[in-house]
Amino acid sequence: MKKYLPLIVLAVLAVLPLIGLSTYTMHMIILVIMWATVGMAWNLLAGYCGQVSFGHAAYFGVGAYTSGILYSHLNMSPWWGIPISIVVVTIFSFLLGLMVLRLRGPFFTLATLAMGEVMRVTAENLVWLTGGSTGILIRERTWIDKTHYYYIILAIAVVTFLVIKLLVRSKMGYYFMAIREDQDAAESLGINTTLYKTIALCISGALTGIAGAFYTNYMGYIDPEVVFALHDVSIVTIMIVMVGGVATLSGPFVGAAIMVLLAELVRSQLADLVRSMPSLGAAHQVFFGILLILIIIFLPNGIVGDFQKIKRMFRVGGACK
Amino acid sequence: MSLLEVRNISKLFGGLAASSNISFTIQKGEILGLIGPNGAGKTTLFNIVDGFYAPTKGQVLFKGQVISGLKPHQICKLGLARTFQVVKPLQRMSVLDNVIASAFLRAKNKAEAVNIAMETLRFTGLDADQDVISRGLPLGKRKKLEIARALATQPELLLLDESFAGLNHSELNESIEIIRNIKARGITIMIIEHHMKVIMSISDRIVVINYGQKIAEGTPQEIRNNPLVVEAYLGE
Repeated sequence: MKKYLPLIVLAVLAVLPLIGLSTYTMHMIILVIMWATVGMAWNLLAGYCGQVSFGHAAYFGVGAYTSGILYSHLNMSPWWGIPISIVVVTIFSFLLGLMVLRLRGPFFTLATLAMGEVMRVTAENLVWLTGGSTGILIRERTWIDKTHYYYIILAIAVVTFLVIKLLVRSKMGYYFMAIREDQDAAESLGINTTLYKTIALCISGALTGIAGAFYTNYMGYIDPEVVFALHDVSIVTIMIVMVGGVATLSGPFVGAAIMVLLAELVRSQLADLVRSMPSLGAAHQVFFGILLILIIIFLPNGIVGDFQKIKRMFRVGGACK
Repeated sequence: MSLLEVRNISKLFGGLAASSNISFTIQKGEILGLIGPNGAGKTTLFNIVDGFYAPTKGQVLFKGQVISGLKPHQICKLGLARTFQVVKPLQRMSVLDNVIASAFLRAKNKAEAVNIAMETLRFTGLDADQDVISRGLPLGKRKKLEIARALATQPELLLLDESFAGLNHSELNESIEIIRNIKARGITIMIIEHHMKVIMSISDRIVVINYGQKIAEGTPQEIRNNPLVVEAYLGE
């Protein structure tokens, strides 16, 4: 049963648009799948290879801007951004890796945090290329209907899932995990840690970039504040995987569903309050913060990673009644 | 040609000479013991041989090729594996996965890696613990896991850094048996050990260092009767 679960989920997702969901619901589901893709990409680098990045907005943003710049400067369809961003973001990740992968542990993390911010400021100031804070508007939308976008992001997510699933069970996956557990031990086992860390970074970056390119096409507008955002991209990505389950295949999906829906719930439920008190605009971030603290204390391996523990908790709770 | 040649190695940490002008060779098939009081520079020497440190002066030759300056993973690929004194299991991976990760160095595919790993676990007596997450292993088995992981890279020369420290009597005997079996497979061994009885009984030759300098080299019998060695260990 457990073996077929991903196939069952996929089958359900494949027929989902046929049951006539509202545009709003479809939008939510598209966002969940997109964030799950970014989460899976981050999880490969951080969860499996142990290189915790606080700057995945850099790859997301470069992917998004690849699409945007192809459209605004070369008059190409922004959909070209999806294949082309693979090349662009891989090269970008490689160059970034030359700098940040020399660092270990928290030093690596802080360097990635800085790189994310550097990219945002760069995009704001390279006005001739990016349009600066004005952003890039895709004037001709391909489809009004959400269904096409839904199938495209679903395909991207499925490919990402399969790539990661194959990777983590191969030699490369073992090498990634060995590096995560102990870089010196890995090196002494004949593992070229620099090479394999670079590979993990490039794959993770490229997959994140594809999601970024999709974002440009789907939302039709990007600016540096949105696609290079520290909170709304880098941190949200980390939270998705932390909540769902680090180093699990399905964790990012669970995490993305919870995070996107929670953000939306808080936003819509508090909408009236927010209107009367503008300072409440970021209230959902308070909830996220509290949720993250609770997860770290009680479910350090996330919902998927600690599923047995959750089951046990409820069983104990039931027995007490 | 000797399998490993350490040629005039010196290593300075700031003003401290952790090794000064050390030379010795290891012949194929032998067990070379490396002993010396705490802080003598034994582990530093290991770190130089397997590439974690670059020597300040001197060279290390493995199978006639200069290896100082290469990275540890390149040296491992050439056929030189090591264990760590402070054991470094891949904590959140099972015992089997630990060994599979290192077996991939020579294996062409996963099935072959699993085969090498299983065989190595049986050889080191860890096959009953193959599914245990290595964080939960007791020290004696962690030390064995270090050896198993190094063996799975199919080395010609194995550096063992205090693989016996902290073991109880029966574990000690098992480990000695494993070392003898490794030798019987034709793998050359260099071993750091504090346990005198063990090192005297298994080594073919012994090198003694103190304050970063080689003070003696010879058969266990010669070392036992060397006044310099006695002085280093017992004081004047």
